Amino acid sequence: MSHKVLLSANEAVAWAACKAGCHVASAYPGTPSTEILENIAKFKDTINCEWAVNEKVAMEVAVGASIAGARALTAMKHVGLNVAMDPLMTYTYVGTNGGLVIVSADDPGMHSSQNEQDNRNIAKFARAPLFEPADSQEAFDMVQAAFEVSEQFHAPCFIRLTTRTSHTSTVVDVGDDFGPGNTPVKPYVKDISRTIPVPMFARGQRLKAQERTAALRTFAETSPFNRIEPGDRRLGIVTSGVCYQYVKEVFPEFSVLKLGLSNPLPFELIRKFAESVDKLLVVEELDPFLEEQLLAMGLELVRHETELNMLEMNPTRLIALRKELLGDVELPAVKRADAGLPTRPPVLCAGCSHRGVFYTLAKLGATVTGDIGCYTLGAFPPLNAMDTTICMGASIGNAFGMEKAGHKGRIAAVLGDSTFFHSGMTGILNVLYNGGKVTTVVLDNRITGMTGHQDNPGSGKTLTGDPAPVTDIAEVARGMGYKRVEKVSAYDLPKLEAVLKEAMDSDEPAVVIAGGPCRIAAKLTRAGTYAVDTEKCKACGACFKLGCPAIVRGEAVADGKRFKSSIDPNQCAGCGLCPQVCKFDAIKKIR
Amino acid sequence: MKTMNVSLVGVGGQGILLTSDILAKTATLAGCDVKKSEIHGMAQRGGSVISQVRFGDKVYSPIIPDGTSDLLVSFDRLETLRWRHLLAPNGKVLMNDTYITPITVSSGQQPEVEDLSGKLAAEYPDLLKIDAMQLAESLGNTRTMNMVIAGALSSLTPFGTELWQEAMRQRIPAKLIDLNLKAFDLGRQAVL
Repeated sequence: MSHKVLLSANEAVAWAACKAGCHVASAYPGTPSTEILENIAKFKDTINCEWAVNEKVAMEVAVGASIAGARALTAMKHVGLNVAMDPLMTYTYVGTNGGLVIVSADDPGMHSSQNEQDNRNIAKFARAPLFEPADSQEAFDMVQAAFEVSEQFHAPCFIRLTTRTSHTSTVVDVGDDFGPGNTPVKPYVKDISRTIPVPMFARGQRLKAQERTAALRTFAETSPFNRIEPGDRRLGIVTSGVCYQYVKEVFPEFSVLKLGLSNPLPFELIRKFAESVDKLLVVEELDPFLEEQLLAMGLELVRHETELNMLEMNPTRLIALRKELLGDVELPAVKRADAGLPTRPPVLCAGCSHRGVFYTLAKLGATVTGDIGCYTLGAFPPLNAMDTTICMGASIGNAFGMEKAGHKGRIAAVLGDSTFFHSGMTGILNVLYNGGKVTTVVLDNRITGMTGHQDNPGSGKTLTGDPAPVTDIAEVARGMGYKRVEKVSAYDLPKLEAVLKEAMDSDEPAVVIAGGPCRIAAKLTRAGTYAVDTEKCKACGACFKLGCPAIVRGEAVADGKRFKSSIDPNQCAGCGLCPQVCKFDAIKKIR
Repeated sequence: MKTMNVSLVGVGGQGILLTSDILAKTATLAGCDVKKSEIHGMAQRGGSVISQVRFGDKVYSPIIPDGTSDLLVSFDRLETLRWRHLLAPNGKVLMNDTYITPITVSSGQQPEVEDLSGKLAAEYPDLLKIDAMQLAESLGNTRTMNMVIAGALSSLTPFGTELWQEAMRQRIPAKLIDLNLKAFDLGRQAVL
């Protein structure tokens, strides 16, 4: 019997984990993967779940659970998998006991990421089976199948989602018997020839991994997730993931080979399909992952000029492809609005505790190596207070590298509390150990902000809302041996300026913790309201330099060359930063 | 039933995602195949937001191809213009007659749009306008603005009020449901 619900693929992964009897789940938040663990937490009675401090630890926890015989799941955004590669690449030799499912949520088009990577390559690199759901129903079905495959072949199993599957809700039949699966934890039997891959054991495991790939390829030949949908044989399209949907939309009449279990590839099935059609075309999102393997098989593919191998796929791009190949469609005559429309970029919220730190660092003329979080927005006008952003935790190593290169002037590494716990601790230890004098500024707002307010080791709560010890970042630094460790309110501009200046100008390394809760997470967005006294305002523009969305242009003066300021009472969060930058005492608290 | 494409656009914080969620649930209750796709992350507060809902007998692509939106529901005047390219040649536009000044304008980095009303009138001769903010204020809670818009939107879909109300009950907390149902009615009456 059926029971249909509307679920995003992220939600469907969580429902499937519950139904498959998953025992342990661990992840670090990252768009577009975050909602997977948030939804798994709804099944916390049967799934022991957590926010790990980073993806490598999440992978290690999942691997440990799998070794112990439990079904385990870890989920991360594409760049998170880079962090987790080390345990992955060896566990793929060791092989699973309990099933291990790794969900990689890729972000084609970089909606909220610093790069675009096709993690199907990593599944292949790791010799791991890979499922590519095309919608939430398939995510639900494939996650359950992945646990089975992982146990049958002793291989960690990949599910590759993309932003467009993760964040699309589609109808899922979860069955009217939906409930937690009753899968027992398998027995653990100590066997160091498997779980300790020293060279003499690892060589044997390497051969096993090779044999496993061959066995999985045979399995993929008849998997129901790899299917031929016969149609007009003049063109056969090989596709996978969400691209299947675009193919059905734009090339509805032609034959399709839909690959749901796409690593290792079912060569025989692909050859059979190729022989059944006149021409063979590959449609996939990002890298030519299928295309290169089909070419290596010696198959001839349709060549075209339409660029498909970067940025997010969409039906409009396939209409352009169809126009080039078949000439029987026209691109819809769309009317674009004027290019001159003002943009609406994301901005630091009104009252955000990061604002004052960037204002001060800009004032002090510092070179700022930045990091991954809401605070990356400090790079943009009018704050203009960041020079680099590379990856999680990179701010500190980058600052030290610039210092070693002889970069002149003040340097500060800036990162958030969650990023500090994720991979900042090793960075500050390296500075200390190697005699650096980098000033590391931790923007401590006690939450993982940008991904939607997840708890972390500084917030005092776990994923499931249970109390947790609160880690004091100052004590972490002092414990390492840092002598200059300062805590300062992120809203006290004079103190911030004095502390940051002294730290950056001193000859010893420093950790400055600029504290202030995330106004949204702490429900402090209506903590007060300030207003501008238009009599006193001299239109000097100082408050505009804060880049606060609540501070807007008021009356024009000097023939429209300058503007008095005005505060939007609906947006003001009452943080009290703007009166501190006003030399004319024109900004007052009114509520 | 032929697939219907609805694009909902506006500014982060206006309740667009809840509105599109309720539309998608209503279509699901009506037995349709449904796809609802949205982009979030990167602190969308104050940023431009879009959610796309498609429903019909069978829906494949979650993304609405350019130039094929049957309905453009815009929560903000400027955004109505920004997403022009989504609209089908015979598509309808429902616009909330509110304007949120972009930070790029209020901070003086970019110029204000000249003659926004004139441009809207020129682009969309049959523009259906609703002052959802004023109607929500009349209920004493501006946060119901999105359900006023949902009420207006409901009259442009093939689904009856009962299904919409059921979807709202499934999605909105019990203590807020009566107020939101009133907002929905106000919006629906305003365009009928």
